[in-house]
Amino acid sequence: MINKWKNKSEFWIAGAKLADTASRTLKTGSIHIKRGRIEEVVWKKSVDTDLPVFEAEGYLVTPGFIDIHSHLREPGYEESETVATGTAAAAAGGYTSVVCMANTDPVVDDPSVVRYLMDKNKAAGQCRLYVIGAVTKGLEGRDINEFHLLKEAGIVALSDDGKFVENAKVMRSALQYARMLELPIVSHCEDASLSGGGLMNEGFYSTKLGLSGIPAEAEEIAVARDISLSKLTGCRLHIAHVSTSGSVQLIKEAKKKGLPVTAEVTPHHLTMDDSELKDYDRNLKVNPPLRTQQDIKALKKALKNGTIDCIATDHAPHNEIAKQVEFNFAPPGMIGLQTAFSHLYTELVMPGDLELIDLVSLMTSAPAEVLGLPGGRLNSSEPADLAVIDLDEEWTFSKEVNKSKSINTPLVDRKFKGRVKGIFLAGKWKRTG
Amino acid sequence: MRYNQKNLLGLEELSSGQIELILDTADNFKEVSERAIKKVPALRGITIANLFYEPSTRTKMSFELAEKRLSADIVNFSKATSSVKKGESLRDTAENIEAMKVDIVVMRHGSSGAHRFLSEFLDASIVNAGDGQHEHPTQALLDMLTLRQRWGTLKGKKVTIIGDIMHSRVARSNIWGLTRMGAEVTVCGPPTMMPPEVENLGDGGVKIEYDLRKAVSDADAINILRIQLERQKNKLFPSLREYFTVFGVSSEVLRSARNDCIVMHPGPMNRGVEISQHVADGKQAVILPQVTNGVAVRMAVLFLIAGGKSGEAKVEKK
Repeated sequence: MINKWKNKSEFWIAGAKLADTASRTLKTGSIHIKRGRIEEVVWKKSVDTDLPVFEAEGYLVTPGFIDIHSHLREPGYEESETVATGTAAAAAGGYTSVVCMANTDPVVDDPSVVRYLMDKNKAAGQCRLYVIGAVTKGLEGRDINEFHLLKEAGIVALSDDGKFVENAKVMRSALQYARMLELPIVSHCEDASLSGGGLMNEGFYSTKLGLSGIPAEAEEIAVARDISLSKLTGCRLHIAHVSTSGSVQLIKEAKKKGLPVTAEVTPHHLTMDDSELKDYDRNLKVNPPLRTQQDIKALKKALKNGTIDCIATDHAPHNEIAKQVEFNFAPPGMIGLQTAFSHLYTELVMPGDLELIDLVSLMTSAPAEVLGLPGGRLNSSEPADLAVIDLDEEWTFSKEVNKSKSINTPLVDRKFKGRVKGIFLAGKWKRTG
Repeated sequence: MRYNQKNLLGLEELSSGQIELILDTADNFKEVSERAIKKVPALRGITIANLFYEPSTRTKMSFELAEKRLSADIVNFSKATSSVKKGESLRDTAENIEAMKVDIVVMRHGSSGAHRFLSEFLDASIVNAGDGQHEHPTQALLDMLTLRQRWGTLKGKKVTIIGDIMHSRVARSNIWGLTRMGAEVTVCGPPTMMPPEVENLGDGGVKIEYDLRKAVSDADAINILRIQLERQKNKLFPSLREYFTVFGVSSEVLRSARNDCIVMHPGPMNRGVEISQHVADGKQAVILPQVTNGVAVRMAVLFLIAGGKSGEAKVEKK
């Protein structure tokens, strides 16, 4: 790549394959970038201009990816991740926007924590950061937070993610109050009385491994309750990390009734099942747990027919020491920001389970729409947040290329096709691959 | 024939030939315990560490006796841990012990898969003396040895395991071992203690029967599991007297079984809960011979893991 266009406030990206999520088209075109925004998109291979040109033939250029479910661990768990390292991993994965969850220490239940995170991100400067505030004080499920003050500080949604708001009355109040402020609530659906002590999906493999199981119904009961409460309150409800076919069914019915319900699925729930836990690999311990092939089939179908709105990573770093313990003591979660696109391109798009343009939409315009965020489209006047991808490049994810502070993923040494080469963040190029 | 396994983590990973080899070797070692001087030099110079992270009386004693009768040097480490946060991590403890040049680690641990985890870090051989709800291979081996001594073979025999199947490592190891040796296994217990899809466990699966009398009716042997009393707190069964009424093996229940049906129990027993006094002390019970066989089986396992050949286990009397 030639340097002439770098650090210029106005230039063209020419001859790339463009993923236009708005019109669901994937064809060759050029983008005119001016002062950090998309000035114009033309469906021509070359442009007649005096401006500097990034000759991008052979690359796929998409809107920058948007992750609406990440744990950046700051403040409180900086030994596992920080805003700087988490967003660096995100940028390396083609993300230009990351939404971070509230289960930090202190919890994001006070405007000062929101501002702290934004300051941290300003200093890091890797990508855009949006903050989710906690539904209840200290994630304790009892008292709802100052949603208005949190919104003033800049939060984009509310969630006690990691925990289910067990008390239905508390959740009802939260939804009622959040509706007034037009804040969606992201729900971690898990009936803890049913999943309590569970370590993996309940089924043949939990029996074989002697690990307590978490039945699919622990999620589905919670999904059903929150859909009912969304109906009662009219509040926007977003179901985090859907993992079972039963949940898909419930969400489908809710959408048919016109309820304001959306849902996401993680890359790992789309690609890995509970049989992979056979060697007690702690990196495969996630919550909700990896389910069955039948669930994976239902999740893929739900992505295609729109029952599930978008893909979110649930990037959940845990440092090596935390995971180097007996399976039952290991905290659940795996990282995913840096690998999400390549992983899903390799395992879903290449075998023909998903169209490339749909994968791009599910990682850009769709999540933007769910939380009402800017970006995700190649429209003029949108911020020039873009991902540049070489679909033919084969690469191996390794400890060496990992940008996260943690390496808790079963994808270490996994070979992928399709590599993110860099991002444009407000028109500014950052090479990553 | 050599055993050719560095560790004994579970019976699931053993072939029928390897199980046969352990049982044959144990048969040969049995005689050592009958001697006036109960010691052979088979593991002289070998150091064994016994790591017991869960309370255990007979398994720990049985391993120690087996090790002593083989002339191994042993060190013991017992620690009840309920949380990883307390004290040193399992990895650090094990690596420290190995740094003292230990050859074999015998471990009991409350976490399923703890031995598999340890094997990522240790060069020493690892013998599983029970991991969580996963496996307890030497218990199943001694159960099988006891049955084989009676029957000569396990092939085609019917064994019913009764009780809390869900939380039982003894049940899982028995299911793997018995089905691999060609026996048919039935499991019987309250539905709240029956793990999902247990019917697919083992080679060719097992039968589930909730009616105790039916479950024992054509059994060649029954293996009665200990009921852990704390399960009642988790509402897995209503009361002890209800448990005994529905799933306790009494003389009356045994009348539904064949006269030569063997009664086993891995101990320690709750007399009057899962097994009646009369049955426990009755002539069909082989509960004490099981304990005796436990020492022989553990001698065999340690001997084979240390690289011994089956034939060498027949040590001449001095």
